[in-house]
Amino acid sequence: MSAATSRDVPGIYHKAGSLRAERRWALWTAYASLIFAAIVMLAPPFYMLLTSLKTSAEIADLGANPWIVRDPTLENYAAIIGNPMFRGFMYNSVKITVLVVIITMVISVLAAFALARMRFWGSQMLATGVFLTYLVPDTLLFIPLYQIVGSLGLLNSTWGLVLVYPTLTVPFCTWIMIGYFASIPKELDEAALIDGATWPQMLLKIFIPVALPGIIAATIFAFTVSWAAFVYPTAFITRPDEMPLTIGVVSQLIRGDTFAWGQLMAGALLAALPPVVVYAFLMDYYIAGLTAGATKG
Amino acid sequence: MALDATEGRLAAAYARGSGNTLQRFARRRSTIAFIMTLPLIAVIGGLVAWPAFYAMYLATLNRRMTSFIGLENFAILLDSETFRMVIWQSCFFAITAVLLKALIGFWLAHMLHHIPTKGQRKWRGMLLVPWVIPPALSTLGWWWMFEPSYSSINWLINVFGLPGVPWLGEPWWARISIIIVNVWYGAPFFMIMYLAALKSVPEQLYEAAAIDGATSWQRLRYVTLPMMRNIISITVLFSLIVTFANYDIVRVLTNGGPRDLTHVFASYAFQVGVLSGNIPRGAAVSLFMFPLLAVIAFFVLRGINQRNKEEA
Repeated sequence: MSAATSRDVPGIYHKAGSLRAERRWALWTAYASLIFAAIVMLAPPFYMLLTSLKTSAEIADLGANPWIVRDPTLENYAAIIGNPMFRGFMYNSVKITVLVVIITMVISVLAAFALARMRFWGSQMLATGVFLTYLVPDTLLFIPLYQIVGSLGLLNSTWGLVLVYPTLTVPFCTWIMIGYFASIPKELDEAALIDGATWPQMLLKIFIPVALPGIIAATIFAFTVSWAAFVYPTAFITRPDEMPLTIGVVSQLIRGDTFAWGQLMAGALLAALPPVVVYAFLMDYYIAGLTAGATKG
Repeated sequence: MALDATEGRLAAAYARGSGNTLQRFARRRSTIAFIMTLPLIAVIGGLVAWPAFYAMYLATLNRRMTSFIGLENFAILLDSETFRMVIWQSCFFAITAVLLKALIGFWLAHMLHHIPTKGQRKWRGMLLVPWVIPPALSTLGWWWMFEPSYSSINWLINVFGLPGVPWLGEPWWARISIIIVNVWYGAPFFMIMYLAALKSVPEQLYEAAAIDGATSWQRLRYVTLPMMRNIISITVLFSLIVTFANYDIVRVLTNGGPRDLTHVFASYAFQVGVLSGNIPRGAAVSLFMFPLLAVIAFFVLRGINQRNKEEA
């Protein structure tokens, strides 16, 4: 670079310097706010963990700092896992969730395949209908569903929940699967048709393998939603032995005058563990499913 | 020529799949498609559309569901002081919480976008944790943190020499507590949505703006926000629906108390319909949500369609 040019543009060099300072300042603000946000976001689960590791005496000690554990113990976990009622909640949750995920994926993959690839009378309307159903909150429908489930004799039964949970999962899963299937190039199914593939073959051998990331995202969504569902079990189930974890922990473990806080927090953490583990291992799919609703389809 | 041959083979393949003529094939294809969507139609029709209409019918019955009383349930509700408070509280809660979630989410997404890409994954992973825990269970943790005599939050406040706060005892503090928990739970969702949107803004636009001498505020105002407008409105509207219809947090944290002052539509409908056994009036309470949800749903749908058109 010649001396002439650098003399001509001192302003730019000055600007560049300030730009770098500005960028460094921006980076510091970014890290400061992220650290602050992470502390706030992680404090409640962290405090739940602390409480679950304390003895009842330590929890009841009003003078001590509640944010530290002096002698950690696993007795709360032992007690809650040893509680047959809690194990029953766990079993019910697993049963309901597995069934609902299977039902949801079968319904939504079939329907999304038909809606994405085979135009038929009313298919466009149905796709819009699927999206609208996704926007209907469960709290709008739980009273009529309470009557309907009751008339089927399924109140106080996990089967009633298996029946109604698909209303929470199917619309969204179908919606994102339509998006994933529609993004598969048409040439692929034409090639398969030329080779004489039937529709079921096309679905099983082309669409499902190619759209696997979408299927994983939809499965994770169905899993987390049916695991966390709260309104329907609260409304339909009053017998402890048919309760899934969410309502079981919230309603049954906080009975009595003196709450066993340590056990309660241990139970809540154990109940929250499956979705957190799934999230920890499949974060990218989880986030893909989360953002797909508005960015795809 | 080659194209013709391909098309011929394609037609033959289509025909082989069904019988003989292309027409029959078309008919068969739509039949298969209809059968494949049948379970979906059954779920939407039987468990969403039918209950929705059934709710409207239920809401016109008397308490014992023996006779038709028209709109009287709605009239009684609108007359009651408690229910007017529920309407007010629901709107206040939803609007405040969604605004805060959107602002905090936007801020976090922006901060996350600024740091080197390598570290983003780790931070994103940590900040999304509140969204992953089932809200009923994490609210239980908050409830324990708000507990009057053992409150760990008050302990921290006391460390700074300030008096403790009666989190769930006073109506206004209870309302604020509900909003805090909802914002804590929902802000990460906004962050993730906005981060995805921020990443899709082409870098050239910022370069062009920088060359034109735009300040960082101007870049935000004239580049980022217009590019993200659509996703922001979809996310806000969607969250408005979910927050407006929220039940878990109110149920676990305050259960409507103190003195029924923190009820929202969902928890009040539950109280009236299921716990007090007045099913028609409970149905009427939740139907009050319907007009607002319908309006929001209309705008969401319009936003999504616009987005599809822009992308096409």
